[in-house]
Amino acid sequence: MKALNEMELTFESRSTNESFARSAVAAFIVQLDPTIGELNDIRTAVSEAVTNCIVHAYKDEIGIISVNVRIMPENSVIIRIRDKGCGIEDIQQAMEPLFTTAHGDERAGLGFAVMQSFTDKLTVRSKPGKGTTVTLKKTLSRRLSDG
Amino acid sequence: MLKSNYSLEEGVLTVRLSGEIDHHSARTVREETDTLIQQKRPHELRLDFSSVTFMDSSGIGLIMGRYRIMGLFGGYLRVVNVPEGLEKLMILSGLGALKVIERQGEARESA
Repeated sequence: MKALNEMELTFESRSTNESFARSAVAAFIVQLDPTIGELNDIRTAVSEAVTNCIVHAYKDEIGIISVNVRIMPENSVIIRIRDKGCGIEDIQQAMEPLFTTAHGDERAGLGFAVMQSFTDKLTVRSKPGKGTTVTLKKTLSRRLSDG
Repeated sequence: MLKSNYSLEEGVLTVRLSGEIDHHSARTVREETDTLIQQKRPHELRLDFSSVTFMDSSGIGLIMGRYRIMGLFGGYLRVVNVPEGLEKLMILSGLGALKVIERQGEARESA
């Protein structure tokens, strides 16, 4: 399906960029006239995905994170967060609530659980040593008003 | 951007947070709060969330970590004035089971 509108961001995996990424995605999605709750869900899910890239994918290095957002027909939005970091050995285990490898950093192990419950669909593709792509899909309740 | 304001009164350390809690911003608050807990040994730590406008699971980590530390020192934690917008995440995290969360406008006398 062809996107009605699309944008892409690339930025370095510095933790200051967590707020930049979620705010930029939210600003782009405002054109769909989302509710405050929907916008907050998207900001939260994006924040989790980007934080994962910074904390896990590029654990001991600075790498590039790219975020692509597509506005699709039927008021839905597809957000893809991609890194070229270490990758995930066992995706199923990584997605288990409370599972975390970053104990020292006080991570709650809820990143994927939050992405899953704050969006409609979560897809994770990863190759150890190559990187990870997280795709989030959410359909918003309100219709774009005509004119 | 996350700002924090600390006050200590009768053994209660209150941390008023304002702004957005994420992995980046939680770090400073965590370090400052833990230093104060170790120095002042409060019997209660009160995290006031009334002006928190955004939080991801880093906020959950922040709460769980302080819950543990207060427990180690024989004190307890209260998370007060939690805005409606943050409740979804609090519920998902299972933090409700700790019985430390109080919503905005929900007054509870401390024991």
